[in-house]
Amino acid sequence: MRQINYSKAITEALREEMRRDEKMIIMGEDMGVMGSVFGLTVGFMKEFGENRVIDTPISENGFTSVAIGAAMRGLRPVVEIMYVDFAMAGYDAIANQAAKVSYMSGGTLSVPMVIRTPAGAGRRSAGQHSQSLEAIFTHIPGLKVVAPATPYDVKGLLKSAIRDNDPVVFIEHKSLYFYDAKCDVPEEEYLIELGKADIKRAGNDVTIIAWSQEVIHALDAAAQLAEEGISAEVVDIRSLVPLDFDTIRNSIIKTRRAVIVHEAVKRGGYGGEIAAQISDELFDYLDAPVKRVAGSNVVIPFSPALEDKIIPQTGNIVATVRELLHGGKNAVFTNAV
Amino acid sequence: MVIKKKYDRKTLLRFYREMKRVREFDTKASELFTKAMIAGNIHTCIGQEATAVGGCLALNPSDFIIATHRGHGQCLAKGGDSRMMMAELFGRETGYCRGKGGSMHIANVGIGILGANGIVGAGIPIGVGSALASKILKTMEVTLVFFGDGASNTGEFHEALNMASAWDLPVVFLCENNKYAVSVNIERVTKIKDIAERAKGYGIPGVITDGCDVLAVHETVKKAVERARAGQGPTLIEAKTYRYHGHYEGEPQMYRTKEEVMEWKNRDAIERLRKEIIEAGFTTEEELAGIDKEVKEEMEAAVLFAQNSPYPERKEVMTDVYASDNERGVAR
Ligand SMILES: Cc1ncc(C[n+]2csc(CCOP(=O)(O)OP(=O)(O)O)c2C)c(N)n1
Ligand SMILES: [Mg+2]
Repeated sequence: MRQINYSKAITEALREEMRRDEKMIIMGEDMGVMGSVFGLTVGFMKEFGENRVIDTPISENGFTSVAIGAAMRGLRPVVEIMYVDFAMAGYDAIANQAAKVSYMSGGTLSVPMVIRTPAGAGRRSAGQHSQSLEAIFTHIPGLKVVAPATPYDVKGLLKSAIRDNDPVVFIEHKSLYFYDAKCDVPEEEYLIELGKADIKRAGNDVTIIAWSQEVIHALDAAAQLAEEGISAEVVDIRSLVPLDFDTIRNSIIKTRRAVIVHEAVKRGGYGGEIAAQISDELFDYLDAPVKRVAGSNVVIPFSPALEDKIIPQTGNIVATVRELLHGGKNAVFTNAV
Repeated sequence: MVIKKKYDRKTLLRFYREMKRVREFDTKASELFTKAMIAGNIHTCIGQEATAVGGCLALNPSDFIIATHRGHGQCLAKGGDSRMMMAELFGRETGYCRGKGGSMHIANVGIGILGANGIVGAGIPIGVGSALASKILKTMEVTLVFFGDGASNTGEFHEALNMASAWDLPVVFLCENNKYAVSVNIERVTKIKDIAERAKGYGIPGVITDGCDVLAVHETVKKAVERARAGQGPTLIEAKTYRYHGHYEGEPQMYRTKEEVMEWKNRDAIERLRKEIIEAGFTTEEELAGIDKEVKEEMEAAVLFAQNSPYPERKEVMTDVYASDNERGVAR
């Protein structure tokens, strides 16, 4: 099969949906003339015109709300917020407006829009350009939240998000834009339903639950653990809201152990929510406490000497799984992350 | 010649030297970034030296500035030490923020730099807050807020101007209009021709100045600073300027023509001042060449200092999140 990378998959999803549905528009800073700062919409303005590919001023709250109004009137806007950090400058639009419209109108209005936004650290961009903020969105009822890790998933899920009738916050890890690994992506059209997890690697001893870039680290960790005779199952939840808990449940009933991995700060991270749901429902199945490998509770530092120290790496996952299996309930967890 | 009446030799040479420092610093930074010796991203202000220098030299050392993501020049002109700045760009322990902030976030309250910002527009109301403190504390230091044309379209800009004017605060808003916000030409997202016109909406003076003329910028800012210090409230200044490099280093610049870039380079502020002060008899080619050499040496020393400085220790990653109770705040 043909192989493409993550950025190309996003571009394809956007282009195919723009061609399919003339109600779809793209809005955001540098989306038109430049084709987005990450080069994802190069040529779009030429193909679809300035009415459908809109370069906005630096007005995150304003243009996100403009998109909400347009969505209420039947357009299907896909807004880009250049870095998820800047979504905080548009958070009223997202949390108080987009998220509330359906409910507060008693279902008479809806907001079919997507907010695409790159997140994540690793590029020495310091505290205001590196955060992983998915938990801030999952906390707000009314928003769907998706965070794919692979080219195949990002394409199928973005197309579904665009066709969805609710506001979807679609989080892309910006390091994956620069990640060379390509994967099989069929040329013919396909969709991936929101709210379906994917078992990226099957195993019996422990369930590693991850999303976004941490899926890549989890898979690397699983490969290393296999060499030590530990069989890890990697569950990529892909969509945080709605959450496919069935897949998580079935996996844990099999493995009896769970490690949740996310790049976002541990405190208040979405891993805490999943851990709580596991302990509520699956307590009797567990042989060990549910563990989280997550970002430290600090601001992301600029210095290349510091940044990687606070972001979960493959080694942190391996160490945690190892201790979980060998130490059981009495394991002493030494890794700082 | 006006220049003769208004300025003495020492002041003019200071303008020249400071602009040269800014250009040399960013030229070095650009080179080092291209060689992958500086990580992350940098935004140079090459071409915009006159706004940084003309603006900051109208302030007292005890006054404050709010810098931008394109702020190396603003920080240098406000008294920033080139070595500590360069060390910050290198992510070293000896940098202004001990490597935690990097190029876009140089801050030092001691020399009146209340930080630059990675969030466009966010610094503008923070500057208004600094001015509010001056008023309440009755100290009357002035705050000079730098921002770009792009930032003038944020909500923060409008909210900040409204509060500053309603409360007659000692703040000066200096817009460095370099025509672009990354790739977006200001004319494509703004109906009015001059950003200074927006001052009318807030009942304050709005002034346009030539951002390629350091003396013009300086005089305009000085007047606004005096007005602010006298308790007469804020001024919005728009300096028409241009950045020679891409938005960030390596940015392809498909949205503008080479001719346009050349046109602005022909109006270069440093060259202009150089010519003016030689023609007016204040200095000679040789003297300026001497200054050029000193500045070059200063920046080479800054790079060496940065390169020879240690990286922060690993445990540093956990400090400074909170001003107090840091350990407990970070632990759980
Ligand atoms: C809130 C926010 N939105 C978007 C960005 C991305 N961004 C960084 S600089 C920039 C353009 C700023 O333009 P301008 O204010 O004119 O300053 P210039 O870069 O021209 O100096 C943009 C869009 C950001 N940093 N913050
Ligand atoms: Mg600009």
